[in-house]
Amino acid sequence: MSAILDHPPAVAGHHSPGLWLLAWRRLRHDRVGMVSLVIVVFFLLLMTASYMGLVASDWSQEKGVSYANPSFLAGAENLEAKAMEQRAKAAKAPPVDLSDVDPLAPRYKEWEERAKKIAVTEVKRSETLPLGGDKWGRDVLKKAIKGSEVSIFVGLSSALLATLIGTVLGAFAGYWGGKVNDFLEWFYNIFTSIPYILLILAFAAVATSTGKFGKGIVPIVLVLSLTGWTGIYRLIRAEYIKHANREYVKAAQAIGASNNSRMFHHILPNVSHVALVQLSQYTVGFIKAEVILSFLGFGVPVDMVSWGTMLAEAQNELVIGKWWQLAAAGLSMAVLVTAFSLLTDSLRDALDPKLR
Amino acid sequence: MSAQSPLVQIQDLDIRFRLDRKSEPFHAVKGISFDIPQDATVALVGESGSGKSVSAMAILGLLPENAIVAPRSRILYGGRDLLRAPMREMQQIRGKELSVIFQEPMTSLNPVFPVGEQIGEVLRLHMGMGIRQAQARAVELLNEVGIPNPQLRVNSYPHEMSGGQQQRVMIAMAIACEPKLLIADEPTTALDVTIQKQILDLIAALQERHRMSVLFITHDLGVVGEIADRVVVMQEGEIREQGTVDAIFRHPRDAYTKALLACRPRLDRRPMRLPVIDDFLKGEGRVHLEERRRGTSASDAIILEVKNLDKTFFLKEGLFGKRAVPAVKDVSFRLAKGKTLGVVGESGSGKTTVGLTVMRLHEATGGEVLFEGRNLLSLTEREMMAYRRRIQIIFQNPYASLNPRFTVGEILLEPMRIHGIGKDERERIDMALQLLRRVGLPEASFHKYPHEFSGGQRQRIAIARCLTMKPDVLICDESVSALDVSVQAQVLNLLQDLQDEYRLSYIFISHDLAVVKYISDRVMVMNDGVVVEMADSDEIYRNPQQEYTRRLLASIPKGLQRARELET
Repeated sequence: MSAILDHPPAVAGHHSPGLWLLAWRRLRHDRVGMVSLVIVVFFLLLMTASYMGLVASDWSQEKGVSYANPSFLAGAENLEAKAMEQRAKAAKAPPVDLSDVDPLAPRYKEWEERAKKIAVTEVKRSETLPLGGDKWGRDVLKKAIKGSEVSIFVGLSSALLATLIGTVLGAFAGYWGGKVNDFLEWFYNIFTSIPYILLILAFAAVATSTGKFGKGIVPIVLVLSLTGWTGIYRLIRAEYIKHANREYVKAAQAIGASNNSRMFHHILPNVSHVALVQLSQYTVGFIKAEVILSFLGFGVPVDMVSWGTMLAEAQNELVIGKWWQLAAAGLSMAVLVTAFSLLTDSLRDALDPKLR
Repeated sequence: MSAQSPLVQIQDLDIRFRLDRKSEPFHAVKGISFDIPQDATVALVGESGSGKSVSAMAILGLLPENAIVAPRSRILYGGRDLLRAPMREMQQIRGKELSVIFQEPMTSLNPVFPVGEQIGEVLRLHMGMGIRQAQARAVELLNEVGIPNPQLRVNSYPHEMSGGQQQRVMIAMAIACEPKLLIADEPTTALDVTIQKQILDLIAALQERHRMSVLFITHDLGVVGEIADRVVVMQEGEIREQGTVDAIFRHPRDAYTKALLACRPRLDRRPMRLPVIDDFLKGEGRVHLEERRRGTSASDAIILEVKNLDKTFFLKEGLFGKRAVPAVKDVSFRLAKGKTLGVVGESGSGKTTVGLTVMRLHEATGGEVLFEGRNLLSLTEREMMAYRRRIQIIFQNPYASLNPRFTVGEILLEPMRIHGIGKDERERIDMALQLLRRVGLPEASFHKYPHEFSGGQRQRIAIARCLTMKPDVLICDESVSALDVSVQAQVLNLLQDLQDEYRLSYIFISHDLAVVKYISDRVMVMNDGVVVEMADSDEIYRNPQQEYTRRLLASIPKGLQRARELET
């Protein structure tokens, strides 16, 4: 058949825009979507920079006075700082002269001489910090940046893992139907029949107490994704039920494509927009969930900071009128979550082949 | 208003659609003018994209928001310009004086209300009737559109009715307020031929009885002759020709009209190739007068033999119960090498199930499928792989049967990779390009996606995909039914050429009797899962033995045939 062919095999690079490229073009026309994308990318860059130690690596140093004012509120009275200062002064000044009864009194002079030889530099703690300080005088701005690292990482990676679990299980249930579907539906029902917070707390209790899932933020990622896959499972399963009987899948069967090929090579790209949109919604949800977990004390370890731990600290500070930590963590989260949600909306519009 | 003045005058109607900010608006209707006289039926005929439906929606004021109507356009009705009538006034007129029937009765009726209530709603809204009165009138209307037992059926839900009955209900709703103009947008396209005939008769009878005007929109010139007084032929937003039905059928002046009339396969002739639009637009006209001989003989080599094929579907009922729904019962036939077996029947006759079961896309519940003497149904999945390649299928809907996320190249290469056809990737690409040219597509299509092609081109891609595996048997499941008349002719010609070239055997499944007659050597008529009659195609059309076959043949729209009788 090919004997009479004199043409080069690949027709010169005349590539048509694929559906992804078309989606990107549609997204570019969407102003809200593009602004949200810029914000999200900014947060991701900030998070990466913080992870690599380029910014906010010194977040845990106590730079300012306790509850240092934000620089735009420099004049405000800071009772806590004053109280601390006085306490410090009081600690330094010897309260009573005991030299006549103290047997060691003759040696004080000698000790003082010696002490002078050792340079003691007392860091002058600044009165104000860009976005204020916390109880120990740590920079809230740096905390917020460092906190984004944990929050976004937890949000994204648990969303990815949950999407993966949900998509694979949903694909199996929807494609095979029958017994596989029944089994997975029972499994799914077990998860959804337990109140969500209770389920998370149960998982978290196991994960943190046994320590089998490692330390740090890994258990949180696992807890969130192992409890959160149910929503996407449901959606992907529905899509697969719909697509499994489509003609293009039948056509693939007719040419002899295997079940795996049909499931993941043929159908998956056609339902990927559902998974992708769900992924971004999950990211938003899990960022919030991490906050709740940390707030309840099941979150990140004490030597780390996340927006959740910041919010948890903020509840005590708010009583004495120190609102900036709450504002910094809350605002960063609100901006990111809003941008992410809007981006999700735009993505869905751009990716849905039916809207073309 | 005097009796002579037209009911609706469409003057210089020009509609564009804004697509997005950058590109030019799409020009859907390019300044058309025609009249709808009182007490007459006007047929608006055109292929997809001709702007016929858009024009009708403009009369109803139901254009989508991105439509731009040129300021010079007018649609005059009763002294008013409908394009500029205030919304409230349009709501008053719509449904009362102008009403519409859509193509899909299934989606046009609300599934959660009984049909009587839906008809009653129109009456209460526009005629100010009470509930009781509306119900009584609904029964009358159902009786008028020919629904048996209207007193009982008035409380039925749409899903309890057949497609034809649903369309009757839609018609009852449309005529409930005695409209002056009934717009019927492809009302019979989704229905079986026998039902189509009944609905056409009903619309014609109602038109006469109520002395209303009907604007009948269709892509099929065949049905026009049955009911229309005047015909308007549209192509790409322009009117090609308009006139009385006799004038159009007998003396078509426009090349496009001539082509439309000639492209449809006809029952009395079978040219070697079907004429296509291009033949006429280039002015060549009837070039294929040579007749093709069809039929089978006892000496034909049999490639596929189906014996007593059974297929029963099981529906779940209750918690553990199952209900058997037999779809195919005891079907036997033989397919000769290089010949075509046509399978005709109405929806639900099991003709598609036969096709899918033969190639094991459904598992059969009984019987044998002998391919070169081996029973395909008893093979394991692995053994079947070798035969998969040799029996291929082309589906009805070219928009659904190609994976939208694959390029044409991937679509063509995948089967070759699976079956190890071709030495290496380079040879496969060569073969794919060659096949693209063979089915009449440019090589540049290789890197394009299915959505960049029209329906006919997509069907060519689907055909090319089958050809990559060099099959022996090709099952065409309504493969040309979704295509426009002119494209249909091109694809049928392609299928015929391929059969002549590669000696392919076809199982050609269709509800379209004219197409089946044209392409088949032997015809099998199915009804309710059983074979009603099987004979050579000329024989079965000339001398049908069974009552059911006769009924099917009688319901073929006679309009075109009548015109042709006049013409020859």
